[in-house]
Amino acid sequence: MSELIYLPDVVTLELDAEKCNGCRMCVIVCPHEVYKMIDKRARIVNRDACMECGACALNCETEAITVESGVGCAAAIIQGAILGTEPVCGCSEENGETGNSNACCG
Amino acid sequence: MTYHNLPITEISGGCCCSSEENTSEEKGNYGAECCGSSSAECGCENRKVTSELSCCDILGTWKARWGIGRMSYAICPGLYQLGNPGPESHVFVTANYKLTFDRLRSNLEGIDGWILVLDTKGINVWCAAGKGTFGTAELVERIEAVNLENKVTHRKIIVPQLGAVGVRAREVKDLTGFKVVFGPVRSEDIPEFLEKNLKATPEMRKVTFGFWDRLVLVPMEITGSVKYALMIMTGFFLLAGLGRGGFSLERMRKDGFKSVGLFSGGYLSGTALTPALLPWFPGKAFAAKGAWAGQLYALIAGYLGKKRLLPGRHNLGGTAWTLMIAAISSFMGMNFTGSSTYTSLSGVRKEMRVAVPLQIIAAAFGLILWIISLFNDGDNNE
Repeated sequence: MSELIYLPDVVTLELDAEKCNGCRMCVIVCPHEVYKMIDKRARIVNRDACMECGACALNCETEAITVESGVGCAAAIIQGAILGTEPVCGCSEENGETGNSNACCG
Repeated sequence: MTYHNLPITEISGGCCCSSEENTSEEKGNYGAECCGSSSAECGCENRKVTSELSCCDILGTWKARWGIGRMSYAICPGLYQLGNPGPESHVFVTANYKLTFDRLRSNLEGIDGWILVLDTKGINVWCAAGKGTFGTAELVERIEAVNLENKVTHRKIIVPQLGAVGVRAREVKDLTGFKVVFGPVRSEDIPEFLEKNLKATPEMRKVTFGFWDRLVLVPMEITGSVKYALMIMTGFFLLAGLGRGGFSLERMRKDGFKSVGLFSGGYLSGTALTPALLPWFPGKAFAAKGAWAGQLYALIAGYLGKKRLLPGRHNLGGTAWTLMIAAISSFMGMNFTGSSTYTSLSGVRKEMRVAVPLQIIAAAFGLILWIISLFNDGDNNE
């Protein structure tokens, strides 16, 4: 089975190639092979595979990467809209009272 | 969190403090101060575990997959000894969701090492990292709390790659002196990762979402919203009694079960059929895939049933159900984005902007048609 790819041209991922110092952290942490090292610099080669998890931006040594990270989860977005908060993966810490119970919680 | 109150039997194999055999094993370098049998209070310092899973553990995993007691399926955070680790042994960092912990230790068969369990409130590594509970602050604190620098002579910890969403390697190094090495995505690749001198292959770095990966999530998809599904089913069952001449119990018995069955079919199309056959349904949006799954079911149910469930001028009930099944299945399919491993927040927002209004229109229109069909004797939906 070939790779599953989500909607094209939606992600907020940006890489400032000028700032890259070639530390490879983004290549290491990305779970979807979005980056490739080309001439000792990281390049985005598969942008639509990005799921905006934010691991690369967090671990980029030179802050060359920006992404509006968050959970790609409809239940979290609905809950966020109802409660007026950011979409957070459900499961509240008080006995699941206010959380949604999507599979992400386990 | 409730893990403080867990009966000790629930974490057998997860805590040395419980089983008798430990007393004989407590001759290591690290003293034998094992907490008593009443102590699931996370106070003990030397917890020993093996890579073997007991039948309790396996049953526990199964229950968690079905959502039974899942939110309190946690173990005490802290440092665990796997086998007989020494000062040179590897340190593996993980979450305190017991399913995660069990999977890690069972994949480390034959390896002596330290397992550093972070307090993620009983949530798996990836999701906890997204929330920040599996994060730099907790990791740094836990390293200090368990006095890791005196337990091992090296300065390297192996953190699961998906933990990188919450763990900033550079900061951990600056604050504790420990270098974070991001290990493979799946713990089953750890033995090979160790053999390769802590180098992961590109395959080990990639998250997959194959048939079985999706299938194990299905029970939770089904049980997750079952409460609301049952309420809606009750509504359909009661409404089915309506018709010309008012409410009739007999009609409710006759058509109520049929309605509940059709609704359940739509619900299962979204929660089970969509995840299982995800790559094969047309479209990239999960709402679209869910809608197709619903249509597939409606088509099959329509042909198998005595009456066709196909839309048509003379089949008001069939039209109504086709619309409602599409809406339900699409909505539940859309909810599967939360369990998938490749959807982005921006993407889900985009699909919801289009899908949710359509789902509401289809459901409302379908419901109105269905109610009309109940009062319409000429309708051949009977």
